[in-house]
Amino acid sequence: MKYILMMNTMRARQGVPNWRQADLQAHIAFMKNLNRGLHESGELVSAEGLTFPEQAKLVRAGKDGAPITDGVFPESKEFLAGFWIVDVDTAERAYAIAAEVSAAPGPGGAALSMPIEVRPIMNAPSQEMF
Amino acid sequence: MTSAAMTRPWDTDSEHLLRELAPRVLGVIARRYRDFASAEDAVQEALLAAFMQWPQEGVPDNPFGWLIQVALRRITDQARSEIARRRRETTVAMEVETVALPADIEPDMSMDPNDTLILLFMCCHPALTSSSAIALTLRALGGLTTAEIANAFLVPEATMAQRISRAKQSIKASGVPFGLPSPAERAQRLPAVLHVLYLIFNEGYASSVGMRLQRLDLAREAIRLARGVKALLPEDAEVAGLLALMLLTDARRAARTGPDEGLIPLNKQDRTLWDRLEIAEGIELLTAALSKGAVGLYQLQASIAAVHDEAARAEDTDWPQILALYELLRRVAPSPMVTLNHAIATAMVDGPSRGLELLQSLDSDVRLAEHYRLDAVRAHLLEMTGDHESAVRHYRSAASRTTSIPEQDYLMAQAARLEEGLGGTGEETIAPRS
Repeated sequence: MKYILMMNTMRARQGVPNWRQADLQAHIAFMKNLNRGLHESGELVSAEGLTFPEQAKLVRAGKDGAPITDGVFPESKEFLAGFWIVDVDTAERAYAIAAEVSAAPGPGGAALSMPIEVRPIMNAPSQEMF
Repeated sequence: MTSAAMTRPWDTDSEHLLRELAPRVLGVIARRYRDFASAEDAVQEALLAAFMQWPQEGVPDNPFGWLIQVALRRITDQARSEIARRRRETTVAMEVETVALPADIEPDMSMDPNDTLILLFMCCHPALTSSSAIALTLRALGGLTTAEIANAFLVPEATMAQRISRAKQSIKASGVPFGLPSPAERAQRLPAVLHVLYLIFNEGYASSVGMRLQRLDLAREAIRLARGVKALLPEDAEVAGLLALMLLTDARRAARTGPDEGLIPLNKQDRTLWDRLEIAEGIELLTAALSKGAVGLYQLQASIAAVHDEAARAEDTDWPQILALYELLRRVAPSPMVTLNHAIATAMVDGPSRGLELLQSLDSDVRLAEHYRLDAVRAHLLEMTGDHESAVRHYRSAASRTTSIPEQDYLMAQAARLEEGLGGTGEETIAPRS
């Protein structure tokens, strides 16, 4: 079963974190290590980090179908920072991976405890209907 | 690669031949080297080499010998580089294990049907998760390439390669020797083996037509593997039961989705599209299996599939017989899913109220309480009672929880149809028999 793990952390205009170098390095090493582990266990389908919200645009179709882009987002809203798609045997395993992600170290090496949204991906085989 | 004369041109039969030969070659190499993991890698490489060369150069006279030779060369190279590596690292003098390549296939390099059986139990080892067992079974026994398996499960090839490699490490770590489990252990572990084959079938059967065109046909692969197991264990009634179940289910495949890939329920399927040959073969297998005595889970499910397949029209379905079979199944292999299907059969025989009563016992079952299928069945039975308002609510609740898009589309359409008062009532289309 495939699950998406969504890391919602960033706020608009927050910019890159102003952490100390050692903290940044520890965080990056943690994420690389986590991804390596997921790859080696044969569970990682994909993992992507997203650009900062400053680069995001809201797009709607205009009357002629042409895109109308909208710029900056409200300050208060949370944004998707990155996501993982994993293929695992149970929901519990997906939650365990999400907990690992959530515990990524932040300033001073303390766990960030980021909220990770976990949702099943709609690709189950369809059963006989009645 | 070899000096054997190339005589036959490559065609689709050659591809089948390669897949059939793969586990036999692996059996020979694994038996000789007592190292399943390395042997499996070597055979995969031999298989890839054949896929590269045979279409260009033709199929060798002795394809089995060709594959053995290439696999042996690979495993010898692996062993040599391993010894060289250890020498570099430890500087301890070691005897180089010389592995002579046989000029011709020696008598002991011949196939032994037990080898394939050993491989089967190895690939479906209890130390493995089901997804690992599935991947390894398809590669080692199905003769499929990592890329094909990855494509079938819609994951990157590197992910699938890691999954297979990890599975082999687990087998190695469990210390299982390359040998046939004792008859008692075999009997105990056979259900897990059959379950792996069943999961492969289900993944393929239930995927959409569009997906099957782009991906490997896993249902067909599962049937092919089950045929192989049947040939190895001809006396086992459950093996025959599983193969019969696959055939009797697969027979309905063309009718189960519409041109827009929408799901078509059993009672609305165009039965002229059902595959008569598969049905006949399934019933023959099942009849022979049932005469052997102890009736198991797959034979019972196959029997239910057979009763459906034998009805020329939905209204001819022998629901009392299906109900009796579900009652047996509840005793042999009780599960909430069986209870759900039992409730449907009960509704068809004794009326929807009796079916709904049975569903109440599932409300407190944690394995199912939040499951969409319970809501879907309840919606269906409520529709039969004429309580369309409640039925709509439960169809939508089921639609919000399924993880299959075709199911979600179907369930939402059911709710919409009832709400719009189109398509008549449930009783019209699926009248209880009694």
